[in-house]
Amino acid sequence: MSSQDIPEENLPAEQDDHGAHGAVTVADEKNPFADPGLPPHEHRMQDIDERAAKRSERTVAFLFTLSMLATVGFIASFVTIPVDESVYIFPLGHISALNFALGMTLGVSLFAIGAAAVHWARTLMSDVEIADERHPIEASPEVKAKVMADFRDGAKESALGRRKLIRTTMFGALALFPLSGVVLLRDLGPLPEDKLRHTLWAKGKLLVNMNTNEPLRPSDVAVGSLTFAKPEGLEEHDHDFQTEIAKAALMIVRIQPENIKDKRELEWSHEGIVAYSKICTHVGCPISLYEQQTHHVLCPCHQSTFDLSDGARVIFGPAGHALPQLRIGVNDEGYLEALGDFEEPVGPAFWERG
Amino acid sequence: MSNNDDRRKAPAGERVADWADGRLGIYSLAKANMRKIFPDHWSFMLGEICLYSFIIIILTGVYLTLFFHPSMNEVEYHGSYVPLQGQLMSEAFASTLDISFDVRGGLLIRQIHHWAAIIFLAGMFVHMMRVFFTGAFRKPREINWLFGFLLFVLGMFTGFTGYSLPDDLLSGTGVRFTQGAILSVPIVGTYISMFLFGGEFPGGDFVARFYSIHILLLPGIMLGLVVGHLILVFYHKHTQFAGPGRTNKNVVGMPLLPVYMAKAGGFFFLVFGAIAALAGIASVNPIWALGPYRADQVSTGAQPDWYMGFAEGLVRAMPGWEINFWGHTLVLGVFIPLVLFGLFLGVIALYPFIESWITGDKREHHILDRPRNAPTRTAFGVAWVTGYMIMLIGGGNDIVATHFHLSINAVTWFVRIGFFAGPVLAFVITKRICLGLQRRDKDKVLHGRETGTIKRLPHGEYIEVHEPLSQEQLYTLTSHEQYAPAEIGPTVDENGVERKVKRSEKVRAKLSKAYYGEESQIAKPTVEEYKEITSGHGHH
Repeated sequence: MSSQDIPEENLPAEQDDHGAHGAVTVADEKNPFADPGLPPHEHRMQDIDERAAKRSERTVAFLFTLSMLATVGFIASFVTIPVDESVYIFPLGHISALNFALGMTLGVSLFAIGAAAVHWARTLMSDVEIADERHPIEASPEVKAKVMADFRDGAKESALGRRKLIRTTMFGALALFPLSGVVLLRDLGPLPEDKLRHTLWAKGKLLVNMNTNEPLRPSDVAVGSLTFAKPEGLEEHDHDFQTEIAKAALMIVRIQPENIKDKRELEWSHEGIVAYSKICTHVGCPISLYEQQTHHVLCPCHQSTFDLSDGARVIFGPAGHALPQLRIGVNDEGYLEALGDFEEPVGPAFWERG
Repeated sequence: MSNNDDRRKAPAGERVADWADGRLGIYSLAKANMRKIFPDHWSFMLGEICLYSFIIIILTGVYLTLFFHPSMNEVEYHGSYVPLQGQLMSEAFASTLDISFDVRGGLLIRQIHHWAAIIFLAGMFVHMMRVFFTGAFRKPREINWLFGFLLFVLGMFTGFTGYSLPDDLLSGTGVRFTQGAILSVPIVGTYISMFLFGGEFPGGDFVARFYSIHILLLPGIMLGLVVGHLILVFYHKHTQFAGPGRTNKNVVGMPLLPVYMAKAGGFFFLVFGAIAALAGIASVNPIWALGPYRADQVSTGAQPDWYMGFAEGLVRAMPGWEINFWGHTLVLGVFIPLVLFGLFLGVIALYPFIESWITGDKREHHILDRPRNAPTRTAFGVAWVTGYMIMLIGGGNDIVATHFHLSINAVTWFVRIGFFAGPVLAFVITKRICLGLQRRDKDKVLHGRETGTIKRLPHGEYIEVHEPLSQEQLYTLTSHEQYAPAEIGPTVDENGVERKVKRSEKVRAKLSKAYYGEESQIAKPTVEEYKEITSGHGHH
């Protein structure tokens, strides 16, 4: 016995060695807790009264018939009810008539089969309990000895242990060939390089209102409003629109300059108009809830909250760093423009972000 | 010749069976299994719910593939759902709208598919609790526990990749979340993200890739595991609760043919019927109300399906820790939840091996424990479930806050503290309850059942009459085993030489005491105690 094994005396006593049918021991003076064996079978009504059995039979037959009718109903609904018809059903409200009819008929046709089978089993099939013997899962010592001997013979005949050259090269070959499969996966995607560091924003790019698709002027941005913007030139129909907007989406608010607490934020703003990345620095949800009194924005996914009047620092929630700010100005024609790309990567943090 | 005559006379069914037996050996299979005995208990049907919902998911899933287009090509929608006409959306989303509004019965099958998935995962969760709390995972069933665990985890990811396919606003947000979580992995995160999405998020590949993972890779593995799971259930034979005539060496119940053929087969139809009716009246994942995914849009109250909720809770509750060093960022605020997600599930996978190491018990166990008779295990399980549920609340902190008019910050802080305090509290309380129930069992055995009959004695005292238990009840309440805690044993060997006690030994002795020490179980009544009380004094 290794020291790791619990000594036998700590294990409970081996269970009584009953036969499969549970040896019947009579309660005696010696052991009132002894196993009395399987209790005698109690008859059901259906076992002794043929009329009760007949009733059960009729119930089962009724359920099977109900199922048949429901299937007919399913087909009829499919054929007759238009796919776009809606119907008012209390308390569900206005719902698709076809979906409701198909669901109910299919449900009934299947449920009735199940109910019939279970009722049949419970009332008419024998409910006499039978005991079956269990056999140990592990093999007997003789079987084990035979298997070990066979294995030794086989291993010896293969000469794998003796012919080291074969063994070594075989392991080498088997270990190497899966590499081909791994290499094939290389073209699943490009290397990250600095893709996550750049967005479409660049010096001189106009800030285009996401809703009107018009370039924004400072006068379009009122105090207390929240405006979403995209870089000029990015259109919904572009094939890479989703990927580009996932990084470039912008959130623009106007704050009274004296209320802006962060010095750099003020420098990068224009007359109190500040532009921040809309993509949350936690795991990348677009932030969309703005509280105009406090200048807090809240990401609806995980409730990270940022203070837009204080460098968009995190004031609550799981985000790890502030939202990146885009430096903006006004061009000669009076439109808001970017003065460069974001200075740090937008969106969730990653290992190479630094 | 006479042999041929016999065959000619045999009925058609038998001749077909003979034919098959000559090629497949079906008679030997049937001999072992046709009248196989299955014990009866309501909790044994939980696993069946999982099996049947899995079959329903496969059947309806095959149907859905006939209509779904796993493509992220942008198209303008011109189908029959008016509010979205003219909108740009991926073909995946458009074809899901078609399934819901133009294919007759398509919506029903979609909803059956989704409801069945929700029920499949919930069924596995409850089935695992049943197996855990009754100790059904003990030898020889540890491997089958692992199979079941893998099914649960793979089921989570199959569900996730499945509900991400329609490319709607909600599921797209979930995919974005996943991508953000992948990015947090140190060193390789960015690479995994680029390889998984074929470039930057969202790109144009993930629906097609998730599709192949969702309909082939994961279900293929799961189907294999389900078959293996069932083969092992047959091979080990089912566990049973202790009772008169039910021992560790037999299995008492009713035969597969006909009773369980009818009951289990019928139960498949019951489950299918119930889910079909549910899909007929209760809408699930109404993607048309959410709209197509846009990387710069989001809806409030974004929630994953329930089984991903606890992972969501971990991410929401975690403070936003980030460490920057040498030009790198360690995104602990996301990476720790990701690791915890694995550890929290992993501990459940390993539990059977931990417990068998503590007990050192190498015997087979086919008799189920009543949860009260394994207080520490039960308390551990309840603590785990408590942690899980608190994280589930955390995953829906916004929903909780809006529905109960609470502060979101307060809910989040409750979850943060609750994640540590809740399980500890649950552990202590559960153990107390288990010990209380053990005491009550002991009391019942020794003093009998309370009858509720009040008797007045001649001298005016009132007593409640207790009725002694039958031998069946006595056996059922006293047949469970109780371990004695393992001790480290002599630290000095027979020659007086001090032996080194390994740290693992000390840990095990401690754990064993925690599991089976005096504070963790009530010694079950002995025959002597019983005789002493029952002899002579009548019943009090």
